[in-house]
Amino acid sequence: MSTNITLLVVMGVLFAVGIYLLLERSLTRVLLGIVLLGNGANLLLLSTGGRLGKAPLYDAGLAAEEYSDPLPQALILTAIVITFAVTAFMLGIIYRSWVISHADVVADDDEDLRVGQQSPFDFEEDSPIPEDTTEFDGEETLPGSDTKTKTETKTDPGEARA
Amino acid sequence: MIDAPLTAVSFAPLAVALPIFGAALAFILRRHKRSQRLVTIGVLVITLALESWMLSIVWGGSTYSVTLGGWAPPFGISMVVDGFSAFMLVVSTIVSLAVLLYATSQGMADGDEDGPVSIFHPAYLILVAGVSNAFLAGDLFNLYVGFEILLTASYVLLTLGGTNARIRAGTTYVVVSVASSLLFLIAIAMIYAAAGTVNMADLAVKLPQISEGTQMVLHVMLLVAFGIKAAVFPLSFWLPDSYPTAPAPVTAVFAGLLTKVGVYAIIRTETLLFPGNQLQTLLMVVAGLTMLVGILGAVAQTDIKRMLSFTLTSHIGFLIFGVSLGNQLGMAATIYYVAHHIVVQTSLFLVVGLIERRGGTSNIDRLGSLAKISPVLALLFFIPAMNLGGIPPFSGFLGKLGLVQGGAEVGTPLAWVLIGVSLLTSLLTLLAVARVWNRAFWRRAEDATDPDPLLLVGVNAARGATYDIVADEPGSRYSDRGNTALLPNGMVGMTAVLVLVGLALTIFAGPLFDFSDRAAAQIIDNNHYIEAVLGSTTEVQR
Repeated sequence: MSTNITLLVVMGVLFAVGIYLLLERSLTRVLLGIVLLGNGANLLLLSTGGRLGKAPLYDAGLAAEEYSDPLPQALILTAIVITFAVTAFMLGIIYRSWVISHADVVADDDEDLRVGQQSPFDFEEDSPIPEDTTEFDGEETLPGSDTKTKTETKTDPGEARA
Repeated sequence: MIDAPLTAVSFAPLAVALPIFGAALAFILRRHKRSQRLVTIGVLVITLALESWMLSIVWGGSTYSVTLGGWAPPFGISMVVDGFSAFMLVVSTIVSLAVLLYATSQGMADGDEDGPVSIFHPAYLILVAGVSNAFLAGDLFNLYVGFEILLTASYVLLTLGGTNARIRAGTTYVVVSVASSLLFLIAIAMIYAAAGTVNMADLAVKLPQISEGTQMVLHVMLLVAFGIKAAVFPLSFWLPDSYPTAPAPVTAVFAGLLTKVGVYAIIRTETLLFPGNQLQTLLMVVAGLTMLVGILGAVAQTDIKRMLSFTLTSHIGFLIFGVSLGNQLGMAATIYYVAHHIVVQTSLFLVVGLIERRGGTSNIDRLGSLAKISPVLALLFFIPAMNLGGIPPFSGFLGKLGLVQGGAEVGTPLAWVLIGVSLLTSLLTLLAVARVWNRAFWRRAEDATDPDPLLLVGVNAARGATYDIVADEPGSRYSDRGNTALLPNGMVGMTAVLVLVGLALTIFAGPLFDFSDRAAAQIIDNNHYIEAVLGSTTEVQR
């Protein structure tokens, strides 16, 4: 299988520039990166067809090896359509993002930042639990019972821990 | 293999075509809400019936292929129906149908009734078509097209309404998905250059003749592309970032289906295209990290949707673990676990949708008293949550048991480490769901920080309460919702149906495990697949 060196070089440049742009924060650049990467992939597909030949239209006098491979071309057509649709959608999103916040950058997730900054101490889970000696609500307030004093003597986990 | 069964399976392309036609029809009917709804539901019901029929044919463990347009297999497009793909089709369509009914009962798209709602039904059907196409695809490029169909539909669904948060999340999602698709496309180009075909059965024959090094490159390229889609550890960062902002039904169906399509593609890659254990160790390490990192993320979250998104990525690790084992037991357990995971994750996300509706938020710090307000809701959360945590006798336990047994059968030190990791992950999952339970359901609403007025007002008026109780307040954000009942019967009903499907996976675990075992045997020995596509050419052609 022979390959075209010009195609290879162009493909390499497209991939390199595309990946560089994809890593940017600006959405328009990201989109351009996607477009370039898509074209790079299409060139790669094209070069998989091997040696160039006659157009793949049936001709009785032509040997099978004379035609160029039609499959990569069909694949490229499909890929172009898909990239086209995605590009259009991305443009829509970028425009919407600009309309809403006048920004063309990938924003950080607020919830992510909040979770990252939350304190390791959780009031609900980590605060000392007063020990309960009775399962009956309000029993400790019954007159004449000594449950209340019992609870009080036991509920100082801070001291117990120390 | 010729007569009756063949005619049934040869309708397989309809599983893709029907939803696409339905989508077109639903789009035409966008001004008539009722008929649009009817078309969508009708199409899904017919598709489900067709897929169940196909499943009943391949239930005994056989593989069939359909060649589209009558072109002979290595050249034409073939669709392959075996136990695994038919099973995935049926489970995914059941889940999509339940979520669709849930969404229609919700009045869809929380509030913005007139705007983009008309696009929901067509986009949803296209999503289903893409998922079906990916499950049936018999060649790599058709798989790529299936992925693109479902991804494009998912972009639309994820950014529905175009609010700031959804656009932000949608951007990351779209860029990451496009990048993974491009990687997949590049991998296809390389494979075509190396093997001269994109038909998967043909590739299974031709790839082993290529040099080891080249095979490795192609293999890794495919795994990276599918790994992004399946949200496997180093490539999973995008999922918890983008899923939680979408409307509840959309998140639910994404959580159920999209990552599993990636897992399905990984399974096909590992069993059909590159059998043997070239990358077994790598997959095992990655599976362990996926489980651990995901679940540690889940424990830290206060938002239920985000917590569930993290458990989702974490439990993908279980599936990858099963695949990496490479034995029949591990594969059978994986097939069973995929079904369990789809159903349970979806029902949990649907429950969160209900919680959000009832409590006004999905932040557990701001919730409370839900068990008292709605015992039904508590039950609907409790069952799938315990199921997710792998408490016996639920299907999560059975699936994990199968994986652990498969791991023990392999018996390498790494496999034992992974068994430990998977058990630890189950425990941490339990911790994560128990936190939600303790705060949102058991604690008193008064103890919550800054509880939503909706939650407080409704504490005493539990059943039959509607948004009207807060709608009188000036500037209320609830007054414009389509369905004013706090917990509409349809939404609760469909969640209950999915929870019941999850229970059915437990009750019928015996026959289902037998079936998964047969399906696993079919896909582990890739000769069945190759014969079905390449060998039976003459029988399939008419």
